[in-house]
Amino acid sequence: MSWLAAHREVVLALVIALMVAAIGAYAPAFVEGTSLLGVLDDTALLFMLALGQMVVILTRGIDLSMAANLALTGMLVALVGQHGPDLPALAYIILAILIGLGFGLFNGVLIGGLGIPPIVVTLGTLSIFRGMIVVIGGGDQVNASEMGRTFQAFPHKALLGLSSVFWIALAVAILMQLFLSRTRTGRGIYAVGGNPTAARYCGLVLERYQVLVYAIAGGIAGLSGYLWVARYGVAYSEIASGFELTIIASCVIGGVSIGGGVGTVPGTLLGALFIGVIVNALPTMQVSPFWQMAISGAAILAAVIINARAEAHPDKLILPEARRAAAGARG
Amino acid sequence: MPDSPRYTVADRPPFRLADLLLRWESILVVLLALVFAVNAWATPWFLDIYNLADATYNFSEKAIIALAMALLILTREIDLSVAAIVALAALGVGAAGALGQPTPVLVLTGLGIGLLCGLCNGVLVTRFGVHSIVITIGTMSLYRGIAQVSLGDQALTAFPQPFLDLQQTYFLADPPTPLSFVLFLALAVVFGTVLHLTATGRRLFAIGANPVAARFSGIRVDRIRFLLFTVSGLMAGLAGVLLTARIGVVRPNIALGWELDVVTMVILGGVAISGGIGSIPGVVLAVLVLGFATFGLTLLNVPGIVINVLLGCLLIGSIALPILIRRAMRRRRST
Repeated sequence: MSWLAAHREVVLALVIALMVAAIGAYAPAFVEGTSLLGVLDDTALLFMLALGQMVVILTRGIDLSMAANLALTGMLVALVGQHGPDLPALAYIILAILIGLGFGLFNGVLIGGLGIPPIVVTLGTLSIFRGMIVVIGGGDQVNASEMGRTFQAFPHKALLGLSSVFWIALAVAILMQLFLSRTRTGRGIYAVGGNPTAARYCGLVLERYQVLVYAIAGGIAGLSGYLWVARYGVAYSEIASGFELTIIASCVIGGVSIGGGVGTVPGTLLGALFIGVIVNALPTMQVSPFWQMAISGAAILAAVIINARAEAHPDKLILPEARRAAAGARG
Repeated sequence: MPDSPRYTVADRPPFRLADLLLRWESILVVLLALVFAVNAWATPWFLDIYNLADATYNFSEKAIIALAMALLILTREIDLSVAAIVALAALGVGAAGALGQPTPVLVLTGLGIGLLCGLCNGVLVTRFGVHSIVITIGTMSLYRGIAQVSLGDQALTAFPQPFLDLQQTYFLADPPTPLSFVLFLALAVVFGTVLHLTATGRRLFAIGANPVAARFSGIRVDRIRFLLFTVSGLMAGLAGVLLTARIGVVRPNIALGWELDVVTMVILGGVAISGGIGSIPGVVLAVLVLGFATFGLTLLNVPGIVINVLLGCLLIGSIALPILIRRAMRRRRST
């Protein structure tokens, strides 16, 4: 079992490969090149969002407002596309990141600055962001025909058979990996999540990192908001509704510990891919899409149980002496 | 010894009026009075006894779940699967109704499914030592998924009339009182008594304040957690029965998103998400504040999603304001 914990990503990758093979045996159309690339394309937004959520969970937080932030930013950018001049795609991207970042900062300041628990703040902003879409948009939806040409064209541009959404997600993943493993701040995120008290003695202030991680999550949610709206060609109040829990599920399946300080970029990406494969495979296998939720629920529980089995053993012993003795006996 | 200094060892801190007034419950009472005053001023239909009675329909089911959720959050746990349990229980009730079963069977089916789901949560949380937020996100998807798989895009609508009468006629005619509201109040008394007047209640506070210390003091932390998740499932099952009887139709998306409404009620009720602080009267007051504020805004034709914005602001504001006030007071004291 400890091998499982040490090689979590490998195990998860194997499980996904087995799953794809099994689905392919049943429905050969699923494993054709274009179809598999389609899965990557379709999961690209979840890749990015799960990475944003991971950074938050690393600091022992949670961001329930990501999907609402995505929807609100998407609506705002769509309104700019509708009423403003035809801007280049890059302008929309930067605008979306900045708007999302602003909403994320709002979360971060309430959490880091005022010390309100993350679940309370993001539960509140979840309602606020969702509602603001209706307040700002007047309850109307913005359709593809109204958004402007460059606004919509960009996410569909393809390179090597994959849309630009996937390449952006890949860039985000690489940047995130470099940030978390190669920079002082990135290592600090793991430190404050792993042990806030010890980190404080090293001069790392949890509250500052909280402002940072919610801003990162917000920026990613904003970017995804533009890409989502442009890809699916519609902005309204209910887009990505309930998606916040899919994002968290990706992290949990990918081995990110809700207790903070544990989680990797590859693991999270695989967790998201796992859900992406299920979502895309069910229609090709002609299974009712209603199964998707039940399967991802079972997958979350399985992942949690495997992780817990591998990790929880020492914690079962309450007395520190007994724990030391057990560690001594094992070592 | 004539002049020996006499120590007074007080059993409780001295009574101060300021403490009573600054209690969270007092703030909620003021808030509730404000909600009533503003609504009564804004619309002539608010203070109608039948309107008020009907308003309680809309929050009593959630409020019943909130009572159990309060105990969970008080002990540092959370159950995000409650809305999915409501859906699964409603599905069971609907299926039993489709089979032509009588009302008692329908009610017991709903309660039984709720209990089972709660037991399942309890086993998973205590057995694997993973935080309940993760476990219950998993079981939430699982339960809701089972409901979706078994029902698809169908709806169950066959119910015996006595079952529908449970929630579609008043339990008491004068004053008009729905069954769900009566149950909520009765359960609030039960939960309040257990939490505030029994040793078990004190144990819950001890676990919330420090689970490890509680375990060292001989409290069976895991057993109590297990019980709390079971109770939470049972309450969700009860809410499922009441909801089904009220609306008379079961779809897989029934009670979607309720978990967050319920958590909002509990947090606004002053239960600390970090555990160890909270009261049932606070939760009851928060339920009434949220319920009647929503009802008043609906009477004023404010769209539901805009009401959500206001409730979100209320949630964050009510937690942020005391923190800001405390900071300001501390700053004044230190200068």
